[in-house]
Amino acid sequence: MNKNHPLLGSGILILICLFSQGLYADPGSRLWGTGGVTSIEGSAGGGLVPWALLAGYASDEEWGGTVALSRGEFDDYSLTVTSAAVNWRNRFEFSLARQNLSLDTLGPALEQDAAKQDIFGAKVRLHGDVLYSPLGQWSLGIQHKRNRNSAIPGAVGARSDNGSDLYLAGSKLFFGAFFHRNVLVNTTLRSTRANQGGLLGFGGDRNNSHEAQIESSIGIFANRRWLMGAEYRQKPDNLSAVPEDDWWSLYLAWLPDRHLSVTAAWVELGDIVGLEDQRGPYLSIEGSF
Amino acid sequence: MRFSTALVLTATLFLTGGCQVTSQQQDDALYQDLGERQGIETIVEDLLYRIADDPRIAFQFRGIDVAHFHRQLSDQICDLSGGPCTYSGMDMTESHAKMGVTNTQFNALNEQLILAMEANAVSTSAQNRLLALLAPMHGDIVNTSGD
Repeated sequence: MNKNHPLLGSGILILICLFSQGLYADPGSRLWGTGGVTSIEGSAGGGLVPWALLAGYASDEEWGGTVALSRGEFDDYSLTVTSAAVNWRNRFEFSLARQNLSLDTLGPALEQDAAKQDIFGAKVRLHGDVLYSPLGQWSLGIQHKRNRNSAIPGAVGARSDNGSDLYLAGSKLFFGAFFHRNVLVNTTLRSTRANQGGLLGFGGDRNNSHEAQIESSIGIFANRRWLMGAEYRQKPDNLSAVPEDDWWSLYLAWLPDRHLSVTAAWVELGDIVGLEDQRGPYLSIEGSF
Repeated sequence: MRFSTALVLTATLFLTGGCQVTSQQQDDALYQDLGERQGIETIVEDLLYRIADDPRIAFQFRGIDVAHFHRQLSDQICDLSGGPCTYSGMDMTESHAKMGVTNTQFNALNEQLILAMEANAVSTSAQNRLLALLAPMHGDIVNTSGD
């Protein structure tokens, strides 16, 4: 049942090697925090939402990227994400992510350990700079998602075990906007038919087509090393047997320098496969090269 | 009718005048927080040393009259921050027209300015307020294609 993607595995390995080689090199010239952090789907963003920012710190004459490891512990599930992204001249971002949602409670009943998914992402910056442009920065992205354990989407009645999300994101930093602190605002419009982000497959009996969903984030930089804020992600509700809810989070990110970021969050995922009010802590560590 | 119009006009002028005086007093705050003329000159001096050590941008400043540049940039920041100075140099488009400034270079200079302010104990609040005034110049300074 497990579909392996050797390409993805070796891709991440190569990126980790590049990262360790470039550990002491300068990760790029964009200012601290302007790469955001790594989202659970591998794209640069907050934790739950992809932003218009491109991964890492490469500016228009540079290239760079990130590797990240993330973990969420919820009531009846735990999520692990391994991911990597490269940024070419702050124009294109390519990302890979491997998600593993451990079925801590449902496992024995379903005779499955985990829902597993690989995500291949690409993002292009269309216009602007998050710091300097009056209208902020705008990017268009795609996330192609493939389940590695088709039994899970099948069990909940999803129509497909793979699918693609398309999103348009706008991000803008307002200097000194709140008590003279910098405020980062992001809005993302996503076209998707993914169930629980794709971990429960794509499409269902209620709806089987792409729907537009709004996602939004706000963050305040206490200084250039600390960012705190909140995120909201609207979600489709395609499966009548296992209704799903929108996602929320509160986060605190520490960016001591351009090589490292550590994000802690409290995440509210709502109902997942009939288990109510899934919530819990999330931690993500990201390195930039 | 005429009287009341005149009254409203007078009141408006008075009120706007009053507001201007108040806002002028407040606008001085950033200048104060940067340490007035002396503080700004120290930051700019520190910035010039940092530029000279930064291979991303040092070449753009090669051959400049350092004392003149220091005075001009200090004037400009003093003026922008509400201090009692008048920047009389070229506008930003004119002075950067032939430099081919890239986003990488603009970011590098910004980084060195922030580090210079940090080294001189300028508060995060004052840093952000100055950056808010400088950020809109990006479009006039960066003149490579891109967006």
